[in-house]
Amino acid sequence: MSATTESPSPRLLGASPRRKRVNRMMELLSSLAAGLAVAVLVIVVGSVLIKGVSALNLSFLTETPAPFGVAGGGIANSIVGTFLLVVIASAIAVPVGLLIGIHASEFARPRTSNAVKFALDILSGVPTIVTGIFIFGLLVAGHQQSGYDGSVALAIIMLPIVARSAQEVLQLVPNSLREAAVALGIARWRMVLRVVLPTAAGGLITGAVLGVARVAGETAPLLLTSSIASNAVSWNPGQALSSIPVTIFTLSESANPADHARGWAAALVLIVGVLALSVFARSLHERSRRRLRG
Amino acid sequence: MRRNTVDRIGDPSLRALAGLASAVAVAVILLLAYKVFDGSGSAFSRFGLGFVTAKVWNPVTNQFGAASFVYGTLITSAIAMLFAAPLSIAIALYLTELAPRRIRRPVATLIDLLAAIPSVIVGLWGILVMVPFMVNQIEPALHSVLGWIPLFGGSPSPLGLLPAAAVLTIMTVPIVSAITREVFETVPGDLKEAAYALGATRWEMTRMVILPIARPGIVGATILGLGRALGEAIAVTMVIGGAVAIKASLFQPGDTLASRIASQFQNASGTVYISSLFYLAAILLVISLIVNIGARLLVRRGVPAQVMN
Repeated sequence: MSATTESPSPRLLGASPRRKRVNRMMELLSSLAAGLAVAVLVIVVGSVLIKGVSALNLSFLTETPAPFGVAGGGIANSIVGTFLLVVIASAIAVPVGLLIGIHASEFARPRTSNAVKFALDILSGVPTIVTGIFIFGLLVAGHQQSGYDGSVALAIIMLPIVARSAQEVLQLVPNSLREAAVALGIARWRMVLRVVLPTAAGGLITGAVLGVARVAGETAPLLLTSSIASNAVSWNPGQALSSIPVTIFTLSESANPADHARGWAAALVLIVGVLALSVFARSLHERSRRRLRG
Repeated sequence: MRRNTVDRIGDPSLRALAGLASAVAVAVILLLAYKVFDGSGSAFSRFGLGFVTAKVWNPVTNQFGAASFVYGTLITSAIAMLFAAPLSIAIALYLTELAPRRIRRPVATLIDLLAAIPSVIVGLWGILVMVPFMVNQIEPALHSVLGWIPLFGGSPSPLGLLPAAAVLTIMTVPIVSAITREVFETVPGDLKEAAYALGATRWEMTRMVILPIARPGIVGATILGLGRALGEAIAVTMVIGGAVAIKASLFQPGDTLASRIASQFQNASGTVYISSLFYLAAILLVISLIVNIGARLLVRRGVPAQVMN
C-alpha cells in the first residue's frame, strides 16, 4: 500500500507535446473535481453557518416553539426528543452490535459469521424510509406513534454500522493475547470481557459514535414513527417525541420566511452535533488503528 | 470454588447471548421483508402487478399505481450516477496519484465529512439556496443551449427532477469516491512503475493500468451509490415537487418511490391508500436489494467492509 503513495512523478522526457497536453488536461480535470467536492461541502456548511447564526440565540435552544404567527420561540422540545431517541436507539443497537461482533470473532464458524455479515450488509442497504414503514407496520399501526417506536427504527439503522465495525475491530485483536489469557487459566467469557474488549475499546467506541452520528440526522423513519408530537418538552418516550430533523423538515415546508430562518438555526444545531461526532469518531479511529496495528 | 460456578454459567451464557444477537440481525431483515410485503397485501389483491405500470395516484377514487414514481426514481438516480461516477473517479485519482502528500488526508477527510451531513440539511440547502440558483441561472442556460433535447425542453420551474438529481449527486459522490479510492489503492505499485518505465505519462498509466484493474471496483462503487440514491427520501421530497407525472423534461416536477412514501404517509387514511404506500416500499425494497447485493458481489475484492457502511 505504501508503494502507491510513493509513486514517482514521471519526467515525460520522450512524450510528444500532444501526450503531455492530454496528461496535463486530465490532471487538471481531476484536481478540479476534488476542488468541486470540497467547495460543495464549504458552500453547504457555510450556508448553514451564515444563515443559522443570525437566527440562533440562547432562547432558541431553551424555549419551545412559539404559537403560530408569534415571533421567537425555540426547539428545546426537539433537542430533548432527539437526545432521548438517540439514547434509546443506542441502548438497543450498541449491546446487540457488540454481541454480534463477539459472536463473529470468538464463537461463530466462518460460514455462520459470513452469513451474519451478509445479513448486516443487506440491512444497511435497506432504504431508511422502508425501515420506517416496517416499524410503522410492526409497532405503530393500530396504536399511537411513540418515541420507543422511533428509537427502534433508528436502532435498526444503527445496528449494521455498529455490528460491522465491531466485527472488523475484534478480528484485529491479536490471537496471542487471547491465548495468553487462556493459558493463565482464565475462563473464556472473562477473557472476552477483560482482554479482548478493552484492547479493542477505541475501535468499538468509534463504531458506536459513527452510528450515533448517522441516526441523529435521520428524518424519514421518524416521520412515520414519531412525528405527530406536542410542542411541549417531553421526557416520556411513551408518546411521540419531536426531533431536530423532523422539525427542520416541517419548517422547510412552510411558506413563512421566519420559519426558514428557524430551519437554518435548527440545521446549525444539528450539523454542529453531527460533524463534531464524526470528527471525534475519526480521530479515535486513527488512534486505535495505530495502537492495534503497531 | 465460587469462581468455577460462575464460569460454568458465564461461558455458555456469553456464547448464547452472542449467538442470539446474531440471530436477531438475521431475523430483523426477514421480518422487515415479511412486514413490508404483508402490508402491501390489500393493495396487491386489488391492483395486482398492474400497480407497477399504472400511472394513476388518486386517493379520492382510491386508484393507485407506481409507474410515475418508478420512472422518477430511475431517472433521478441515473442522472445522479452519470455525474457522480466520473466525479468520484477523478477525485479518487487526485487523492491517490496527484495531490501533494500533505493535503491528501485533509482533503479526503473533508469529502468524507460531506457524507456525514444529514439528508434533511442537504434538502434544506437544496430548496432554499440551490433551487433558486438553478431556476434562475442553470436551467435557462441549459434550456437555451440544449432546449432541442426533450430532457431540457419545457420552461424552467423551481421544483423538479433536475434539482432532485443534483441533490442525489451531492449525497452520493462522497460514498462512491471513498470506495473508488480504496480500490485504487489496491493497484500494485510495481505495475504503475512498469508503465512509467515504459515512458507512459501519468494519464496513460492511469488509463492503461489503474482503470482496467479497478474497473469491477468502480462499477461496484457506482452501483452502491446508486443504491443510496434510489432509497433517499427526505432530501428528494423537499426539491422534487411531488407530482404524479411522467414528463420528458427534467425541469418539471415528478416524484420518486421513497419520496412519495415520505410525503404522503402522514395524510394517508384508509386501508387501500396505506397499503399502496406499503406496495411502493415493497417495490423499492426489491430494487435496492438487487442493486446492493450486486454491488457488494462486485466490490468484495480487496475493499475493507468498513468503507462500505
